Amino acid sequence: MPLLVLQRLVSTIPVLLVVAVVVFLMLRVSGDPAAIIAGDTATSAQIEAVRQAFGFDRPIWEQFLAWIGQVLQGDLGESLFTGLPVTTLIAQRIEPTLMLALTTIVFSVLVAVPLGVLAAWRSGTWIDRAVMVFAVLGFSVPVFVLGYGFMYVFSIELRLLPVQGYTSPFEDFGAFAQGIILPTLTLSCIYVALIARITRASVLETLNEDYIRTARAKGQVERTVLFRHALRNAAVPIVTVIGLGVALLIGGVVVTESVFNIPGLGRLVVDAITRRDYPIIQGLILFFALIYVVLNLMIDLAYTMLDPRIRY
Amino acid sequence: MTTSEGNGPVLSIRDLAVALPAGADRRYAVEGVSFDVGPGEIVCVVGESGSGKSVTAFSVMGLLAKGELAAERGEILLEGEDVLKASPERLRDLRGTRMAMIFQEPATALNPVMTIGDQIDEVLQIHTTLSPAERREKVIAIMEAMHLPDPQALYDRYPHQLSGGQRQRVMIAAAMVLDPVILIADEPTTALDVTTQAQILQLIKEMQERRRTGVLFITHDFGVVAEIADKVVVMRHGAIVEQGPAAEIFANPKVDYTRMLIASVPSLEPPSREPAMGPVAVETHDLVKGYGGKSWLGRATQPAFLAAKDVNLVVRRGETLGIVGESGSGKSTVARCIVRLVDPTSGAIEIAGTDIAGLSTRALRPYRRRVQMVFQDPYRSLNPRRTVGASVMEGAMNFGLSHEDALARAQRLMGLVGLSPDALDRYPHQFSGGQRQRIAIARALAMEPDVLIADEAVSALDVSVQKQVLELLDQVKREFDLALLFITHDLRVAAQICDRIAVMRRGEVVEEGPTRELFLNPRHEYTRTLLAAAPGRHLGHAVAAE
Amino acid sequence: MTAIVEKRAETAVARGDAPEPAPAAPAAPPAGFAGTLKRYPLAAIAALVLAIIGLSAIFAPLVGTTDPTALNPAARLQGASAAHWLGTDHLGRDVWSRLVYGARVSVVVGLAVAALAVVVGLVIGLFTGFIRWLDPIVMRVMDGLMAIPGILLAIALVSVSGASLVTVIAAIVVPEVPRVVRLVRSVVLSVREEPYVEAAVSVGTPLPKLLWRHVLPNCVPPLIVQATYVAASAMLTEAILSFLGAGTPPIVPSWGNMVAEGRLLFQIAPMNLLYPGIALAITILAVNILGDALRDRLDPKLAKRVGQR
Repeated sequence: MPLLVLQRLVSTIPVLLVVAVVVFLMLRVSGDPAAIIAGDTATSAQIEAVRQAFGFDRPIWEQFLAWIGQVLQGDLGESLFTGLPVTTLIAQRIEPTLMLALTTIVFSVLVAVPLGVLAAWRSGTWIDRAVMVFAVLGFSVPVFVLGYGFMYVFSIELRLLPVQGYTSPFEDFGAFAQGIILPTLTLSCIYVALIARITRASVLETLNEDYIRTARAKGQVERTVLFRHALRNAAVPIVTVIGLGVALLIGGVVVTESVFNIPGLGRLVVDAITRRDYPIIQGLILFFALIYVVLNLMIDLAYTMLDPRIRY
Repeated sequence: MTTSEGNGPVLSIRDLAVALPAGADRRYAVEGVSFDVGPGEIVCVVGESGSGKSVTAFSVMGLLAKGELAAERGEILLEGEDVLKASPERLRDLRGTRMAMIFQEPATALNPVMTIGDQIDEVLQIHTTLSPAERREKVIAIMEAMHLPDPQALYDRYPHQLSGGQRQRVMIAAAMVLDPVILIADEPTTALDVTTQAQILQLIKEMQERRRTGVLFITHDFGVVAEIADKVVVMRHGAIVEQGPAAEIFANPKVDYTRMLIASVPSLEPPSREPAMGPVAVETHDLVKGYGGKSWLGRATQPAFLAAKDVNLVVRRGETLGIVGESGSGKSTVARCIVRLVDPTSGAIEIAGTDIAGLSTRALRPYRRRVQMVFQDPYRSLNPRRTVGASVMEGAMNFGLSHEDALARAQRLMGLVGLSPDALDRYPHQFSGGQRQRIAIARALAMEPDVLIADEAVSALDVSVQKQVLELLDQVKREFDLALLFITHDLRVAAQICDRIAVMRRGEVVEEGPTRELFLNPRHEYTRTLLAAAPGRHLGHAVAAE
Repeated sequence: MTAIVEKRAETAVARGDAPEPAPAAPAAPPAGFAGTLKRYPLAAIAALVLAIIGLSAIFAPLVGTTDPTALNPAARLQGASAAHWLGTDHLGRDVWSRLVYGARVSVVVGLAVAALAVVVGLVIGLFTGFIRWLDPIVMRVMDGLMAIPGILLAIALVSVSGASLVTVIAAIVVPEVPRVVRLVRSVVLSVREEPYVEAAVSVGTPLPKLLWRHVLPNCVPPLIVQATYVAASAMLTEAILSFLGAGTPPIVPSWGNMVAEGRLLFQIAPMNLLYPGIALAITILAVNILGDALRDRLDPKLAKRVGQR
């Protein structure tokens, strides 16, 4: 078994390698990387200096090997603007993002799974339709519209919650809780829609299975049929979507942090874009991709617990 | 073995009518259905698809699809209590305690993520107040009674770790653990191999005898009926056409339909046949097909599993060779290798003197025409988006026939397989399963092949239709002097159509010989087991003697 | 993009020993477009909304608009009036006009990304599904691309290649392609096992004809559905890019740019942000509803499920 886990681990290497190649080539396919980094107003002498400094004059595979070597040692380069290592910047900014992601995932799962089960159980009724309408809405309303909409209603009109900003829970938990409500709600909408939808679909599918009929033939009550038999069998696709949805979540984090002025990794990206601070953008893409891959690997391995038929 | 010792029937269905939803092709799924099941009595409800036999069974359990089917009239008396009038709560109390049900497909009827012990235990959890230890004891006891090996260890296994027969035993264990008065069995052996089927039938009989359980047994197979029924109820189009004691029904069927159903069951006694002397059309030498064995780094190693090993077969023109075996025997693998839908691992396949086993796609092309196949599932073997004509003509046109010529050939073939030429302009969904199988035969014949392979080509069809398609296959074999390779799990069918039979088990041919000889004097142990397991062994004789 | 996630999860059900779900045969040849709309009234409304948005985008100069880029510092942040139906923004530009012209950007981005992603994904998917040695390589690349959050990938691509409508479209296409490839490949893999495809192989149908006659028709219905989801997701991404300052140049009157500008004075004039936001939400909602209706109609597996209840 540990050997098989190791094999799964090894199988993520090509995926991460592709990510690395994409991130590396990003700067280079679209023209002269030195010119891009030096900026629009740079003179040719300045561009040449950048070229020398970053080693863009060397053969491309040599550059790649040098770069990947650094990355493997945990060196994601330095910010062009502040000169600080990207890893340091990530460490500084990770807390708010992590907190927001955690509250969002917990909230979303707690809300979406029961909603989806309910919709499947009562499929065809108004409850089902209401959940589905909500799901479509959740996919359709852009995150920033939601964010500003909530802010307008709860902070500006009703003055119930702070408009923007972030307080660490380790400093002042009350302020943290107040501040995190709106960002969590904003970010959760699409995630709740996604999870509720897949929960409904897969529970609905399992409800048509023969073993559900068997359970009923045993005289089992509906609630147990629903949760013990149907939901348990529907768990794999639901958990899969929770994992795959993290990609969606990361995109949403960038926007949500920007709307609510939360100093997390999302803001770091946005600031880097405006300053054209490419090492930060590259480093963050690598970082997020790594998180995504590791998380989904863990979920893959968790399948064995959810479904005894799956073996690695 | 009819039994009713003074006590009334455990189940009594009176004038049952179940309505179909509006817009269906008829108003009732079943109508005017009345029959009784006594204690310790096995009542077989037999009929072809669409006869309403399953609807009847599900009505008893109150498991009809909500919103689609509803019992409209009549009574279903379980020990005198009308279950149609019972509240949902009362119905739940009765299920598992007084009435229980087992299903066709044990692989899907068990919850894949629960251990089998827990699944049997569930019945006790719902309906009893026993302690966990008492429940476990009871579960182990019932598993033992079902002859499941090593119940203590099996308790914690999952369904996918069991064989098909064991899974059905688990289902029966869960059904019988609280000793219901009636067991409803909906085609419980249809998905099983013939040897397993015989064991499960034996087990059901044992239950009925030892525990005096009444059994309502739904089946389409008159062989199975002959094997176990005390009483037979024949259904067609939602109504009962005939019912009576089994012996009487078999000896003296009153209705033409019953007679036809019984007569459609192929006899296990093969007619004597002249050995075919035509030229060899296809020959395999030491054919091997292995699967797996590739490590995760892509290094090829020894195949982990041999689906076919060292298979040597010869089929002459004008001859039908049957390959008979249970699931996993490798019979279909051999067929697919010969058509080159899969590439054999080693060995040779000779067609017209050429070994095609290793030919490249391009070099293979001229030989493709010579070997054609009719597939098992008539609903998936025709492209639903293309007209029948397009499907039938496709092959001939691939080999350079003009549209007009291909059309003319297709029209001729339609007549030959018993369909009207205007069928060519229609789509597959407008045809029944039997008609589609005729179309598939026409498609194969359009290639003017030397060899026709029928891979379980009649397994998905009702017996009456099955018989007609078999006759058609036999007819085209003679008419076109084809070599027919007939793959089947059904010994009865093989007995009727094959000149020679090869019996396969676990990838190997264990015995081969002329059909009559093989049936009368089986040499291999396994062949004898297969023959002994065929349900209703004497059925064919009785009818043939008539 | 959400639909494909769902799709993947559906196939994840099949992990274990079950084969991939086969695309079932359509019960009947598709009924007319009109029939579909009658069965899905919500979809009819969505189609109508989209038609209105599309037409006003095309005929923007004719629907009561002025030059959407004309500055008028004297008339900053005005409320709604006869002259300015939805008021003016912080530079005195007519919000209604900008809203109507902004629809052009969203519509173009949605259509272009959907078309490009589907075509590129279809070609790659068909080949990967049928050429065995190619499959693992292409799929690892697709996995890698999918591991990068789409918005970040698009941001990075736009910021290195310079912001213009073309680069924005290209940058959004890249993260969408792997999802289409996966969809096409899964259809190809399951269709390949269908007996009617095997029958076609055994009657000697060559690969190109096989793909064209038997495989492609099975890809079209799910691709049409997928295209609508890609279009919706593309419009969303475009707006987010603009909102983050990595999209079309600020001079272009796009909904995303309007939202980005509206942010600065949100507490004073919230409607300048909410108008384009709501317009965007309505458009995407309409596309998604249409997509769901198409899926019910065209995806037999799901249609069957709906029919069962």
